[in-house]
Amino acid sequence: MKPKSKLVLLAVLAIVMVIVFLFGQMGSNWSYILSRRLVKVAAMVLTAVAIGVSTVVFQTITNNRILTPSIIGLDSLYLLLQTIIIFIYGSTSLTFAHKQLNFLLSLTLMMLFSLLLSSYLFRRERQDLYRLLLIGIVLGTFFGSLSTFMQVLLDPNEFLNLQGRMFASLNQVNGDVLVLSLIVMGGLIGYGLRLVKYLDVLALGREQAINLGLDYYGVVKRWLMIISLLVSVATALVGPITFLGLLVANVTYQVLKTYRHVALLWGVIWISIIALVGGQLVVERVFAFATPLSVIINFVGGAYFLYLLIKERTVW
Amino acid sequence: MVEIKKVSKAYHGKWVLRDVSLQIRKGKITSLIGPNGAGKSTLMALMGRLLKKDAGEIWIDGKEIAAYKSNELAKKLSVLRQTNDIRIRITVRELVSFGRFPYSQGKLDREDWEHVDQAIAYMGLADLQDRFLDELSGGQRQRAYIAMVLAQDTDYVLLDEPLNNLDMKHAVQIMKVLRRMVDELGKTVVLVMHDINFASWYSDEIVALKKGRVVKQGSCDEVIRRDVLREIYDMDVRIQTIARQKVCIYYQ
Repeated sequence: MKPKSKLVLLAVLAIVMVIVFLFGQMGSNWSYILSRRLVKVAAMVLTAVAIGVSTVVFQTITNNRILTPSIIGLDSLYLLLQTIIIFIYGSTSLTFAHKQLNFLLSLTLMMLFSLLLSSYLFRRERQDLYRLLLIGIVLGTFFGSLSTFMQVLLDPNEFLNLQGRMFASLNQVNGDVLVLSLIVMGGLIGYGLRLVKYLDVLALGREQAINLGLDYYGVVKRWLMIISLLVSVATALVGPITFLGLLVANVTYQVLKTYRHVALLWGVIWISIIALVGGQLVVERVFAFATPLSVIINFVGGAYFLYLLIKERTVW
Repeated sequence: MVEIKKVSKAYHGKWVLRDVSLQIRKGKITSLIGPNGAGKSTLMALMGRLLKKDAGEIWIDGKEIAAYKSNELAKKLSVLRQTNDIRIRITVRELVSFGRFPYSQGKLDREDWEHVDQAIAYMGLADLQDRFLDELSGGQRQRAYIAMVLAQDTDYVLLDEPLNNLDMKHAVQIMKVLRRMVDELGKTVVLVMHDINFASWYSDEIVALKKGRVVKQGSCDEVIRRDVLREIYDMDVRIQTIARQKVCIYYQ
């Protein structure tokens, strides 16, 4: 089957999922249910796009198919910020409780962090991406430890408030920041569209990219910015969920078997929507909310991750 | 013409190139030779702006390379390093089509595809063009990369050890193609070469480097001499003339 027909099929499947989620088992109070479900679906679609696109691009830039953007510590930075706010100001404070403000704060911080990281590292050449990843891992671990340290000192009630932010959950989507997320995502898509054509060349590696006339460091830096914003949006909407990216990105490569990023990006968007909305359908209608989706994603993703590591790497 | 003026480069405070000055003439094959660690590959990377020089100037057709836009330079000069591990699964034809990126930004028109077809035909890859790169032998893959550079249609072609890991037949095949590119298409080819006999047989000019400095630069006859080679490689090399070409015997 050609990639184009596969994409059409995936799109149809994704749209069917969304429709089933929206209109299935409506009951009598349909206007209330529908409005709640709309918010949920919108959040899921936004998250799906953000996570899928950021992971595929990140893997292209790093030339590695088992990495996700969480490796440079973006998730843990988000959690650290939430912990610090609650630690210093408490859960009733404006910065924690006011979701839009909190969202903008996390967004700015995560963007600044990735900007700082990349511009510090690309100041000198031969400082390759692997060093960026390494520093990211170290900082990520540092942020994580710092958060844990503060969390054990927290009042148990305050900690419960924090816990709501610590795990990805689609049952309590952060609907208050939906409009803000939509605006940010719209801007990012507009900005990123012009950079999509460079992705195929980036996949050839640094030296080929430069040979073919790319401003390599400039393009990588701009994509890293976009990635960090995408991760911020997804994290603020549903919580840390980058593991989903590993799963959907690799499924996309397997299904489409192409290197062309226009196809890959569309593919990963549809597959993420199928995974998230479909997964949530199963959680709500089959397991009756007994298991949160993030557990299922982590379980499936973890199993798939092991499979990737064990399998021979010849299909790359 | 490429003019290199007093170029220096250091890694971690150690000079790998020191005040290197040389000229590369248009329409010739110029080979860079020298022992390991002489700075040949570094010099080539600097010319191809894959690395930044610490001092000096590199002028290409009357303009310093830093003054070029990267995309503009990509239409004038192409560079291929010895390690090309492309991780994506891609066919020969797709790889060659990447050579048109500086012109098309990924949207190839009919003229671009004509260049791609020509490059494929020129390198004798027509039968292999739909095969995946990882299914090819080393020689075939090397030809595919050179075809990509050919599709890039640049006046200057820099190749870092193009014969690396190739058997005799494929090595000769590649060198003959490069010779034809120079003679028929008027390209300027710069090579980093390990095998001194390949350099001597096919080059017009040879530049010998040692410990980051230019030891000797000139035509094959001027460089392939017993005293010069002893200075470069610290070993005795017998030189014999076979079919009016100089051949070095250095196995004893």
